[in-house]
Amino acid sequence: MQAKAATLQIGTLVPPLELPDTKGNLTTLPLPGEAPATVVFWTCNHCPYALAWHERLTDAARDYAVAGVRFLAVNSNDAERHAVDSLEAMRERVANENWPFPYLRDEEQGAAVAWGPRTTPDLFVLDSELRLRYRGAPDADHEDPAQNAAWLRAALDAILANRAPEPAETEPVGCSIKWKQ
Amino acid sequence: MEILWWRGCPSWEEAIDLVREEMAAAGLDPDAVEDREISTEEGARTEGMPGSPTIRVNGRDIQPPGSNPIGLTCRVYRRRDGGTSALPDRADVRDGLMRAMEGSDAS
Repeated sequence: MQAKAATLQIGTLVPPLELPDTKGNLTTLPLPGEAPATVVFWTCNHCPYALAWHERLTDAARDYAVAGVRFLAVNSNDAERHAVDSLEAMRERVANENWPFPYLRDEEQGAAVAWGPRTTPDLFVLDSELRLRYRGAPDADHEDPAQNAAWLRAALDAILANRAPEPAETEPVGCSIKWKQ
Repeated sequence: MEILWWRGCPSWEEAIDLVREEMAAAGLDPDAVEDREISTEEGARTEGMPGSPTIRVNGRDIQPPGSNPIGLTCRVYRRRDGGTSALPDRADVRDGLMRAMEGSDAS
């Protein structure tokens, strides 16, 4: 399935996203014009990179909520290969950690095929019209909390100011998506 | 000193560098590190590798694997500051080496 995954280009409209959160509620992207920016990022429960960056992403989500920015976290990993990425494990994590955004389960991996995340984490930052404006890592170093998701914040600041993020793409760093065999 | 690593997890090169640095600092030959690439799930099971990188000194993991599953995956290390990382705490590598050296001295 990995070979079929898309590669989204900066400036293009992103594919639809409709996935259940950990309570089973179907969650979608905002409608065009409904949110000034949206961050869709692939993450998971088992990857040290995703775990190391997680707090920086939750901090950013809380900081930018006042501006109306929406965050959606997606887990597409095959839970048969990594039981810790199961829906039940996702549910436990959200309950225990007070997540400020929905954690969506991509059980059939259709969203991953359509969006083409390469790693966990891998961020897709959209403008109000749902065009891809930034793609990549939260910041330059998962080991350094002081980086504070600087690339993500710079991208959001640019989009909110109606500018193009610079850089628009960085290399995502993390664990591979665990595709179904 | 043995490092088992999988190319799918990007921290392997840093892990090898880290171990070599600590071996040199301990007065050991950094080239004595045996690093082995594990590229199949079967290989990971055979080796009992709880994710990449796995670092063993005299066959003993420098950190108990905890909930890390056996297989081709990135290993989560607990840092001494309470955080998590794709790399072990440098002090854990150092302590592993020290334990092994003291064990060798006592035998």
